[in-house]
Amino acid sequence: MGQTIIEKILTKHCGHEARANEIVVAQVDYVMGQDGTSPLAINAFHEMDGQSIFDSSKVAFVIDHSAPSPNEGVSALHKLMREFSQEKGFHLYDIGEGVCHQLIPESGEVGPGSLVIGADSHTCTYGALNAFSTGVGSTDLAGGLISGKMWFKVPETIKFVCDGTLPPGVFSKDLILYLIGDVTADGATYMAAEYTGEAITAMSQEARFTIANMAVEMGAKAGLMDADEKTFDWLCRFTDRKFTPVTADADAVYAQVREYDVSKLEPQVAKPHQVDNVAPLSEIAGKPVQQAVLGTCTNGRLEDLRIAAGILNGRKIHPGVRFIVAPASRQVLLDAMAEGIIQTLVEAGAALVTAGCGPCVGTHNGIPSDGETVISTANRNFKGRMGNSKAEIYLASPATVAASALTGEFTDPREFIK
Amino acid sequence: MEFSGKAHKFGNDVNTDYIISGKYKFKTLDMKELARHVMEDLDPDFYEKVTAGDFIVGGANFGCGSSREQAPLAIKYADVGAVLAKSFARIFYRNAINTGLPVVECDTDLIDQGDELKVDLSAGVIENKTKGTNIPIKPLPGVMIKILNDGGLAAHFRKYRGFNFD
Ligand code: SF4
Repeated sequence: MGQTIIEKILTKHCGHEARANEIVVAQVDYVMGQDGTSPLAINAFHEMDGQSIFDSSKVAFVIDHSAPSPNEGVSALHKLMREFSQEKGFHLYDIGEGVCHQLIPESGEVGPGSLVIGADSHTCTYGALNAFSTGVGSTDLAGGLISGKMWFKVPETIKFVCDGTLPPGVFSKDLILYLIGDVTADGATYMAAEYTGEAITAMSQEARFTIANMAVEMGAKAGLMDADEKTFDWLCRFTDRKFTPVTADADAVYAQVREYDVSKLEPQVAKPHQVDNVAPLSEIAGKPVQQAVLGTCTNGRLEDLRIAAGILNGRKIHPGVRFIVAPASRQVLLDAMAEGIIQTLVEAGAALVTAGCGPCVGTHNGIPSDGETVISTANRNFKGRMGNSKAEIYLASPATVAASALTGEFTDPREFIK
Repeated sequence: MEFSGKAHKFGNDVNTDYIISGKYKFKTLDMKELARHVMEDLDPDFYEKVTAGDFIVGGANFGCGSSREQAPLAIKYADVGAVLAKSFARIFYRNAINTGLPVVECDTDLIDQGDELKVDLSAGVIENKTKGTNIPIKPLPGVMIKILNDGGLAAHFRKYRGFNFD
């Protein structure tokens, strides 16, 4: 009986054959914490009588969620993280370097076959690099820091086969929103997702990250893809390390196989206040928007900024809209500057904020007011997510966000993409 | 382990932003302070209403969303005895066990707002005293029972200097 990608990666890391539903203790290749979760992990580390880190070259903290610090409470927590990482001798990415889920892939430490835990739920993003990476909490993070190991229930896998060609103006974000709407917010709980098919193969590596990033929005533990030439082209910019791709066996056992033809897909939105409350954009076209957000670990990469700049080039955003742009990393910001993308976005009226999480989680950088409508490229639209429970958040692709910033209302980007 | 208290009912997909909003969790490590804001976006008076030992009773997919451990901790520090739900999101479930907050999978349609409950984890049953009915509990995986019995993952590590599930 064959194995899925995740069964194979876990087999390699636990030293015996791993099969769905077993519990295994596995070696981890990399451990990450961010500023919302690491301070509690430091507490847990001390509670565990932790002394040293299992391997300081395989650990990083990232200050990205509230960066730069908006108040003294946060400053104290950031200081705690800086002191801890210095004392233990591992790397800390400080303010302005970017979102953890962009920085860890850019570090070159993670690739096909890696096993990664991160104290952030969107750690599943690196599945786009053919890695098993998953979110854990602070106490698990502390356990990982000390032991270099983690226990896992080997998940069953749902296979998503996405065939056909995405039409112009329809992007990987539209596809993943559609899939989440279809399987629902808990349709893949305790399971892994494998994404395959022509549409995935045809996607750029950057577009694939968007798909893997949102696996947790269907409850999944991981969202994995095969590695191909595009994966290695992307990685070789950051590392010359050799990784071996992991593929599922032809006779691997899946909990479900779901098949889709993406050729007729339209731009999608997730409506308030659930990510699986998905509808075609046409359903709400024309509704006024007060704030538009481009960025986050879902859609803050170079390609995303480029798509938005393509729509906004030479135009001005609607006077009733605040358009906030947060590049996913300093590298993305530098690349976008070199290409003139930042110039285009700022001339169009964008407010550029620090590379990092931006206003995604309501700690700083653009909290909406009561009754306002936000369109965002982020991955969550829960009530209160952006810091105000009386605001409404809609999720969409970078193209839809840019087009809507331009017109001041929900707008189909295909009007601007010929 | 046995707990008695009143049911506070919530719906499906109670996410960690509802349990404790991101705007608070980034500010402090003071869990007593965070506990004052627990469930605030769904029920602004929740903290005032809850008495020690009461239960949060959710529907499906309780605790979905972020990996913030402040969510189970804020519930624990609000003196909630246990969370009962039809199903839990996986990171919340791990975090609850790791921090010693009992989480119980059962058919919560059989419980109404304000019902008096007695939860007996070892016997695997909930007694709904208001309705005079018994509700079976879905058993926890062995690893989780071990961690809960040790008093959470930190205590487990103190005891064994690492993972020990043999
Ligand atoms: S960008 Fe948003 S979803 Fe991504 S890690 Fe930051 S807060 Fe979380």
